[in-house]
Amino acid sequence: MTEYLLLRHRDLPDIDQLPIYRANGGFAAFEKALKTQQPVDVLNTVKASGLRGRGGAGFPTGTKWSFLPNTIWPHYVVANADESEPGTFKDREILERNPFQFLEGLMLACFAVQAQAGYIYLRGEFWPLAQKLNQRIAELEQAGLLGDHILGTDYTLRLYTHLGAGAYICGEETALLESIEGKLGQPRLRPPFPAVSGLFGKPTVINNVETLTNVPLIVDRGADWFKTLGTEDSPGVKIFSLSGRINRPGNYELPFGVTFRTLIDQYGGGILGGKAVKAIMPAGASSTILVADDRTLDTPMDYKSVAAIGGQLGSASVIILDETVNMADLVNQTVHFFKHESCGKCTPCREGTYWMAHITDRLAAGQPSPQDAALLGSVARQMQNKCLCALGEFSTMAVVSALEKFPQDFGIS
Amino acid sequence: MNLLLQQSSAEVQQILAHYPAEHRRAAVMPLLFLAQRTTGRVDSQALVDIAEITGISSTDVASIMGFYTLFHAEEDGGGRFRVQVCTDMPCALRGSRQFLAAFCEALGIQPGQTTPDGLITVEEVKCLAACDHAPFLQVQGDGELTDYPDQTVESALALVETLRQKPWARY
Repeated sequence: MTEYLLLRHRDLPDIDQLPIYRANGGFAAFEKALKTQQPVDVLNTVKASGLRGRGGAGFPTGTKWSFLPNTIWPHYVVANADESEPGTFKDREILERNPFQFLEGLMLACFAVQAQAGYIYLRGEFWPLAQKLNQRIAELEQAGLLGDHILGTDYTLRLYTHLGAGAYICGEETALLESIEGKLGQPRLRPPFPAVSGLFGKPTVINNVETLTNVPLIVDRGADWFKTLGTEDSPGVKIFSLSGRINRPGNYELPFGVTFRTLIDQYGGGILGGKAVKAIMPAGASSTILVADDRTLDTPMDYKSVAAIGGQLGSASVIILDETVNMADLVNQTVHFFKHESCGKCTPCREGTYWMAHITDRLAAGQPSPQDAALLGSVARQMQNKCLCALGEFSTMAVVSALEKFPQDFGIS
Repeated sequence: MNLLLQQSSAEVQQILAHYPAEHRRAAVMPLLFLAQRTTGRVDSQALVDIAEITGISSTDVASIMGFYTLFHAEEDGGGRFRVQVCTDMPCALRGSRQFLAAFCEALGIQPGQTTPDGLITVEEVKCLAACDHAPFLQVQGDGELTDYPDQTVESALALVETLRQKPWARY
């Protein structure tokens, strides 16, 4: 049994207590960085590790940090804890059970870009987690790990939580910034990018909770160690959120490169009721739907390999669909989600999700028709590449792939 | 007279301290949660109070309240407690829609409706990031949220009875 790196509470159940976390090496990386390293050293270590963002886009984390100009101050770091993609529930477990490793990662990110304030944006539904984080931030202040003159150095850092209030769109980084600033959660036009003009108009790094939770390990054990895990393209471990028609849903921390088949059979305990697997959505409701043939099932789960079969790994929210699932009904559900969550700012998304919801209502109500299927595909394709942010694009992924791969479910023979 | 400031002065100041002084507007969402805490709704006086504290118009405050689903305007109606059941796709694949239907039938209401005593509104909501614990619900009550994983109709009905016994249920 290998050790857990991110879900460490599964080895050490009390690691959500500060003394226990510190007794098990907690904040050693932060102390090492503050006392023996320059901010740029931390940045370079993370860059060299090849760590990629775990929120969905997979962008190299160290590179993202390096974009902040040293001519504009202050800098901010924002932790994205808005976890709202249907099928994703990994950050909830980290925040609840291993919160100090996440906080230490955030503090190291702040140090690396010389930010003196960090914000944790949590979806409003994470209210109980925000209350606990506030207590933990207070404990860190008392322990001299946050506040002024941290650990006797001249570094000052404060962390704040900020609760959303029920809007998927706020997981989009510029909508998230708008939301912290007390505005409607609607995406900004880019450029300027947040690295130059982000929170309160200042240079800002935005990282996912799981991404940040990797950082203490990298600073502590080094970039070379990190690269021994996972694949060359996708180093490290990933938390796969497994849900849908599976016997054992849950979070599974595995190295990148494990196959879908292994995740489903070995970890998930197979399909509910012994049914046959029909399709896989590897990136939540935003996924392209993959036909669960041997080629898909034997594909290693890393960014490059999943892209090679026409999918996206995203945040690795693997939703399993079995033979009992009708794709017109499924697409009806995903489209209604995006219609509800569309912020209304850009027309293709606002109108497109509305009409796709109408058409799929008819299709799912047991009236499959080639005409409606064609109309649905036409609306979806007209939206693609025309929306202000990724949400509009996401709403079309399941629609277009389901129509192409499962036409019989839409009444097309 | 700013009632919110008067009644919760320390908390308002604490919220404002989280943001740069020239960006007081950033406090609008935490202040809406604060205003909603006692009765579960934001009344028109609170909109004016928040506008005054943050330096924006009460219309702007109202538009923010309307954009986010966890804020509830006074005129929106609904019970003292909102029992919010996720029926989004991953939960639906694990029976949450059948759960919601049976739960509502036992309460004698439809999703979106409030029990005859005016206390409990059952709402169908989108993903709550707990797809491995379907059927999953949360209760939004006195401005706070509580999670209830792995629900059955029996456990949810027992929860409703617990809520009805809360001292502030008859607020």
